[in-house]
Amino acid sequence: MTITEKVDGMETPLTGNIRDDGTVLNLKEYERVGGYRALRRALRELAPEEVTKAVTDADLRGRGGAGFPTGKKWSFVDMSDQARHPKYLVANADEMEPSTFKDRFLMEGDPHQLIEGMILSAYAIGARYAYVFLRASYFRPARRLREAIAEAYAAGYLGGDILGSGYQLDLYLHISAGRYICGEETALLTALEGRRSIPRSKPPYPQVSGLWGRPTVVNNVETLCNVPHIVDKGSQWYRNLGRGQDAGTKLYGMSGKVNRPGLWELPMGASAREILEEHAGGMRAGHRLTALQPGGASSGFLAPEHLDVPMDFSSMGHTGTRLGTGTILAIDDQVCPVALIRNLEHFFAQESCGWCTPCREGLPFVERILTAIENGEGQADDLDRLHDYTRFLGPGNTFCAHAPGAMEPLETGLKIFGDVFERHITEGRCSWRH
Amino acid sequence: MATIFIDGRPFEVDGDKDLLDQCLSLGFDLPYFCWHPALGSVGSCRQCAVKQFKDENDTEGQIVMACMTPASDGTRISIDDPEARRFRAGIVELLMTNHPHDCPVCDEGGECHLQDMTVMTGHNYRDYRFNKRTFRNQDLGPFLNHEMNRCITCYRCVRFYQDYAGGTDLVAMASKNHIYFGRHGDGALENEFSGNLVEVCPTGVFTDKSLKAHYTRKWDLQTAPSVCVHCGHGCNILPGERYDSLRRVRNRYNGRVNGYFICDRGRYGYEFVNGDHRIREARLRDADEDRPAQPAALEAVMTRIGGLLRAGRVLGVGSPRATLEANFALRSLVGAENFCSGVAAQGDALNREVLGILRAGPAPTATLPDLEKADAVLVLGEDVANTAPRLALALRQSVRQHGLELADRLKIPRWQDAAVREAAGADLSPLFLATPVSTRLEDIASATRYGPTADIARLGFAVAHGLDGNAPAVNGLPEADRQWIDDVIAALAGARRPLVVSGTGCGDRDVLRAAANVATALARRNAATRLSLVTAECNSLGLAMLDPRPLELAVSAGQDRDLDTLVVLENDLFRRLPRQTADALLSAAAHVITVDCIDHDTVARSEVVLPAAAFSESEGTLVNSEGRAQRFYKSNLAAHPIQESWRWLQAMAAVSGGVETIDWHSLDDVTAQCAALSDELAAITEAAPPASQRVVHLRIPRQSHRYSGRTAMHAAATLHEPIPHRDLDSPLSFSMEGYLGEPAPALIPRFWAPGWNSIQSLNKFQSEVAGALVGGDPGRRLLEPGGDGRYFDQIPAPFKPSKGQWRVVPLYHVFGSEPLSALSPPLRSRTPDPYLAIGPEDARRLGVKDGSTLQVGALDGRSLTVRLQPALARGMVGVPVGLPGLAQEALPEWTTLQGGDGS
Repeated sequence: MTITEKVDGMETPLTGNIRDDGTVLNLKEYERVGGYRALRRALRELAPEEVTKAVTDADLRGRGGAGFPTGKKWSFVDMSDQARHPKYLVANADEMEPSTFKDRFLMEGDPHQLIEGMILSAYAIGARYAYVFLRASYFRPARRLREAIAEAYAAGYLGGDILGSGYQLDLYLHISAGRYICGEETALLTALEGRRSIPRSKPPYPQVSGLWGRPTVVNNVETLCNVPHIVDKGSQWYRNLGRGQDAGTKLYGMSGKVNRPGLWELPMGASAREILEEHAGGMRAGHRLTALQPGGASSGFLAPEHLDVPMDFSSMGHTGTRLGTGTILAIDDQVCPVALIRNLEHFFAQESCGWCTPCREGLPFVERILTAIENGEGQADDLDRLHDYTRFLGPGNTFCAHAPGAMEPLETGLKIFGDVFERHITEGRCSWRH
Repeated sequence: MATIFIDGRPFEVDGDKDLLDQCLSLGFDLPYFCWHPALGSVGSCRQCAVKQFKDENDTEGQIVMACMTPASDGTRISIDDPEARRFRAGIVELLMTNHPHDCPVCDEGGECHLQDMTVMTGHNYRDYRFNKRTFRNQDLGPFLNHEMNRCITCYRCVRFYQDYAGGTDLVAMASKNHIYFGRHGDGALENEFSGNLVEVCPTGVFTDKSLKAHYTRKWDLQTAPSVCVHCGHGCNILPGERYDSLRRVRNRYNGRVNGYFICDRGRYGYEFVNGDHRIREARLRDADEDRPAQPAALEAVMTRIGGLLRAGRVLGVGSPRATLEANFALRSLVGAENFCSGVAAQGDALNREVLGILRAGPAPTATLPDLEKADAVLVLGEDVANTAPRLALALRQSVRQHGLELADRLKIPRWQDAAVREAAGADLSPLFLATPVSTRLEDIASATRYGPTADIARLGFAVAHGLDGNAPAVNGLPEADRQWIDDVIAALAGARRPLVVSGTGCGDRDVLRAAANVATALARRNAATRLSLVTAECNSLGLAMLDPRPLELAVSAGQDRDLDTLVVLENDLFRRLPRQTADALLSAAAHVITVDCIDHDTVARSEVVLPAAAFSESEGTLVNSEGRAQRFYKSNLAAHPIQESWRWLQAMAAVSGGVETIDWHSLDDVTAQCAALSDELAAITEAAPPASQRVVHLRIPRQSHRYSGRTAMHAAATLHEPIPHRDLDSPLSFSMEGYLGEPAPALIPRFWAPGWNSIQSLNKFQSEVAGALVGGDPGRRLLEPGGDGRYFDQIPAPFKPSKGQWRVVPLYHVFGSEPLSALSPPLRSRTPDPYLAIGPEDARRLGVKDGSTLQVGALDGRSLTVRLQPALARGMVGVPVGLPGLAQEALPEWTTLQGGDGS
């Protein structure tokens, strides 16, 4: 798969400096293209609150999938003298969402961009320590981040008295033991503490009681990578990058049976049709698009009639699914939707942390029903039960968003592919298998 | 207070609690699994779902977990909402997908919370048609069965074991629907509170292995309120009997004493009652016979006793493990001037010292909530984890005060357990230890000082002086102690609810006095100060209140040949006195009459032996270290001729013909006469209702309404159903008939409520969840402060190692150091082998290492295996008390050692 290509005429602050040959920008090269300029300016001219204000004014929303306003997230950190110390900033680099690989691209190509974003964000909330919580299998990003962190320390961007400002920050790379749930920000913190990665109840939010009970902010890698550019070029500039209701650019990806799977930095609000037809080269011959999964395995399916909806947080919400990570999976008519969804549910059942009942016991139940249907052993009331479970395992009913996420493709799949499910049951077989 | 609306009706609730807690307190039936009143909320099982509405116009509502939702003012919820009901049934259905259908053969059956909750939610038909997951079980030692296939993954076990009890060897492993709760490998669970998992587990994963060894269905157990006799803390328990054998012991909630938990000594020590060591018949031997007394006809025995008591000087030896009534009966039989304590001079003096301090009352003694809520604790000298485990468990909760206050500041509700623990992290409130050897509370201690008891006392005196300049000062303190002392002073002075803990365990009066001085100094500045002095045995304090003469009175009477008959009550003199002394005393007495329930060396030397009822076969009053008089009752009838000690003593008085005052028909008569001895004892009659009490003319049945086999169980002997034994001593009956409602708190024979067959039914008996039992927690405190707050002013000299002599430090083991429980087979297998503890410096000098042997001069040259105890200072050796072959608890102060390479 080709990872990315430059799109002429559009600003690509996040990926513009990343090289096509897969090599990494070292510190010098990063500085040469303006790297650490924002940090120098911020430490010299801006109070932490002003950095937060810039990010708030830029309308930056979390790129991990939930789209929570980043500046607002930071604003819940106690900046008073009574705040508990030390505070922490954590980069969520656990990118384990199936079909998602955008953070990896950023970390492999331009690790200093992430580091600078982290230092700025840590400065904004007064953090003393920062962690990159990295997916277990990201070997190359680990190597490159480790080298970049060492370079940053050597250059005085990390450690005590950064650039003579008096600000102190130590940054550590932590490599996950490898569980999907570690991507959930509170489970991530628990894992980072060396304990079983079980999510925590919110409230209290991590900003109040996070890593080791101290004020903590967890941001996605792509989110953090935006911060230097916002500080450097201003909030207004950043807002203008977006095409629709949301600000900035977004790393969109596409995989599946398309002609040119890849990853592109486009203005926030590009449509799925634009991504599929202009950038991914359309469907491969002999494959007809039946649905899209817009933002990872835990986002609901988008029917082909919604291809023109802008892919931003607000617009996607109206289609019954969500933007998620923005890395699209194109599903074609050669794939049995029941098998596809069964496979997804197998993943989610396996990755349940086992803390709450509906997720721990419900997902395997769902998976087994789907397996039975796929094997032609479905029963008449199985679809009713699956429908019931999409609500039963829904938001608020489970401890965290894992099971509700798992229900999104099932719920939308039952809607879009309802006839296929019924046919499996009435015919007692899967017609894709022959 | 807050007003909340449940299904449209307003209720006054405590707004600082969670909704589940308050719904249960209000009497609603709301199912739950992961929540536990002592463990708080974590929101894992999702079983307690209710519908919450934003306001009175909201008809949609939203499913919330009651345990994770505050009961704040104006909250509107519906328990009855159809969607909430469906949700709760759906959760049970999911839990059941992997739960085996083995209820008919499951040990938990009949008191299974999962059964109850399943019925409560109405889920009854299984749609799940796929395979269940299965596990391999582990051997967890003598206390617990492990059956992981039944697990519903509520996480309560590990939350109790790790977070609450401080255990480390039970963990949650793996993930998804394959979570496994167990150890890393087979082996006994190490924590001494592991048995509570039987009650903490909502289903049959952890069940009582001792019960399984002689299993009976729970509803077939005959039960009565009882009190643990295996240490001085006095935990309330519920022993259960079937077919004349004791089958198990369960916790009996008392919010002031033990709350929801007891230790494993208390839970598994009971089996001595069924054991081979029991005395089950009267025995007799002729004075000149050279063999132990043999079973004899009761008439002949009583005739002999009559003869012995009428002639010559009779001395009585009481016992700190016998009831007030039994000791009082002995005292009545032999006269106050001839009534000895049954504890050797040193121990006797310590018990008197404790009583003296508590009478003078620098501060009130601590109840369980006082212990758990103390925000700064000083432990002087006592290894509480081994001498009063339940108290140690409470101290383990006390160090959370800091975290709870922090949670308040961060606006995290106190009931949100995981969040509070997360916020608190390792920041604990101060707990300072000064002990001769390292103890199991060190993992939560702010700082620990080790040293000889004299030096510990000096530390205490110095702390008292630092808190109040009027307390005597200590001169010549080593600089190394300064920081510790300053830290303790700062912590105690800054605390809102400071607590001082000490006890008789380390065997040094000065340590007790130092603790008293600290409490006095603190109480002068803070009325919330509490003092806890651990006493060794279940009635140590009660015995001291009877003002007995020291046991040495009998010894010297024997030496003076002024002793004809010695009456020994529930006591083994060889445990109390050095072997030669006990030997001499028993030889000097022309006749020895022993009343006891178990065989021991004193019994073997007695001319007359009378079989006493064990705790589960008798009733009486005990005074625990809090100074609380507590009544216990028989849960089973002992086989003839076994009877309560006080009844034997009464019978002895009758045949002796001389004592007029003994005219007792029931326990209440004895208690009342004992109460008349002093103002202090006057209140013991209020420890429980009189035997005459009835509820609507009915007794309280010891047998459940589901008790089975009543008409058949005696059929082998007679086809006629025997008339139930008439209980003169309590308002309880030996039958199924009687008042089925909730009796007075001291009389609750079992916790059961309709739909609530498990111990979780407790919430129906409490005034509020985790609060006092309805009607007040049982027992009556006898000692309240009223003293003059004077200081002890004799400061001991610092300890100096002695050449060729080692100072003996008694060491205690929760499994093994107490004589009755030590006879219980499950405990015996957890009892360590005898050993000699020695510090690293002395080990080097003596040229010994772990596993070497040394001969201990003070133990008649006995060889003991050396165990290195890094905390032991130079010049001291630790000798474990009560381990096999080391029964003697009155250890000499000094000993010589032989056999090391370096000696």
